[in-house]
Amino acid sequence: MTDAAPMGGFIPRDRTWQPDALTPPYKTSVKRSPQAALISFPTTLSEETSPVFGHNMLGPLDNDLIHNFAKPGESAIGPRIIVYGRVLDENGRPVPGALVEFWQANAGGRYRHKKEGYLAPLDPNFGGCGRAITGEDGSYEFRTVQPGPYPWPNGMNDWRPAHIHFSIFGHGFAQRLITQMYFEGDPLIPLCPIVGVLKSQEAVDALTAPLDMHRTVPMDARAYKFDMVLRGRRQTYFENRPEGM
Amino acid sequence: MQKLDYLKESPSQTAGPYVHIGCTPNFSGIEIYGEDLGAVMKTGPVQGEEITIKGTVYDGMGMALKDALIEIWQADAAGLFASANETRGQADPNFTGWGRSPGDMDTGEFTFETVKPGAVPCVDGRMQAPHISMWIVARGINIGLQTRIYFADEEEANAKDPLLTRLEHQNRVRTLLAKPEGDGVYRFNVHLQGPEETVFFDV
Ligand SMILES: [Fe+2]
Repeated sequence: MTDAAPMGGFIPRDRTWQPDALTPPYKTSVKRSPQAALISFPTTLSEETSPVFGHNMLGPLDNDLIHNFAKPGESAIGPRIIVYGRVLDENGRPVPGALVEFWQANAGGRYRHKKEGYLAPLDPNFGGCGRAITGEDGSYEFRTVQPGPYPWPNGMNDWRPAHIHFSIFGHGFAQRLITQMYFEGDPLIPLCPIVGVLKSQEAVDALTAPLDMHRTVPMDARAYKFDMVLRGRRQTYFENRPEGM
Repeated sequence: MQKLDYLKESPSQTAGPYVHIGCTPNFSGIEIYGEDLGAVMKTGPVQGEEITIKGTVYDGMGMALKDALIEIWQADAAGLFASANETRGQADPNFTGWGRSPGDMDTGEFTFETVKPGAVPCVDGRMQAPHISMWIVARGINIGLQTRIYFADEEEANAKDPLLTRLEHQNRVRTLLAKPEGDGVYRFNVHLQGPEETVFFDV
């Protein structure tokens, strides 16, 4: 906290930008969406604090999904990619020390999960999860195989575009966020009812990672850039709160 | 005119049916890390009253969710957070304050072995009743739901709590109260929808 101005409470979440709870084309939302209005109140210490995740909790392969579940000397099958980016707040400041967890289907579109019944095969060398903690500049990076699209029970013929799930834990419980990353150019993006809960093309674009040939490792792995933005805190010398709150 | 140069928060997307792969992989049978994060909140002898919180998340048809991920975050028994943002003192070094549960494989019931939190002040300095913040994600939930666990046996503190007292529908306060079941166990069921719908917050 070297900022000149002291930190105020978190900036309220923009509910006109974030998806609504009830989105009938995504059928499961119908009976899992609260119907009463959310009760709004300013953040307190309970929301402005969070646990500390140290870099020392990470294993050397936590951010290498190609190898972290593979037998020694083997690797996961599929198009090799690097996903990198930064975690920032709404003020554009890096969020260092953020816990970023990611999970995904294998290259055939199959998850390693006992409730998953898609006929595509498991890859014995692919677990499907990894994690990282952001550096001082908010950056993270991991290596994986590009996940495949997969069908899912919703409409009669709905398919998820290729995607990677992300869970992000910043400096306040109020920042807690789960989202998904999509890949530039995937024709399934505009067809998906889960993407469809997003309220604007701008929001879809915010979750679509571009191919980055500058970060691509020749003869090895393509690179995709995916930045994430967490809620920011008001910055002011005129915060209306007693000392230490 | 000039442009404000704020960024927009990343849009939320559902955690989907396989959130346990990413956030509690050991529970899912994928053993890459040591233990699942948030599985243990007490790392040694703790100060204060040790309690267990159990509950189930129900959908609008009264069915228990079995694919949810539930997280809680709270102060220690003295009202201090084990956080870098805690400036009021040193929290209990053996208490993380953060728990994460995938729920029981068969019933969906979540369990947190924790301590009863101390009171924490709110912005204007008034004390809040002891409470635990809760965040729920699952398939079908487009953006994580935030609620709070208060304690039914803290009547005096609850009656003065700045948040509980400002709820327009006072008959909904009960949806935020964990009920003692004896032996330090409290039950806190969550109803996503319906007549007993839990109060959720935009905070
Ligand atoms: Fe998925």
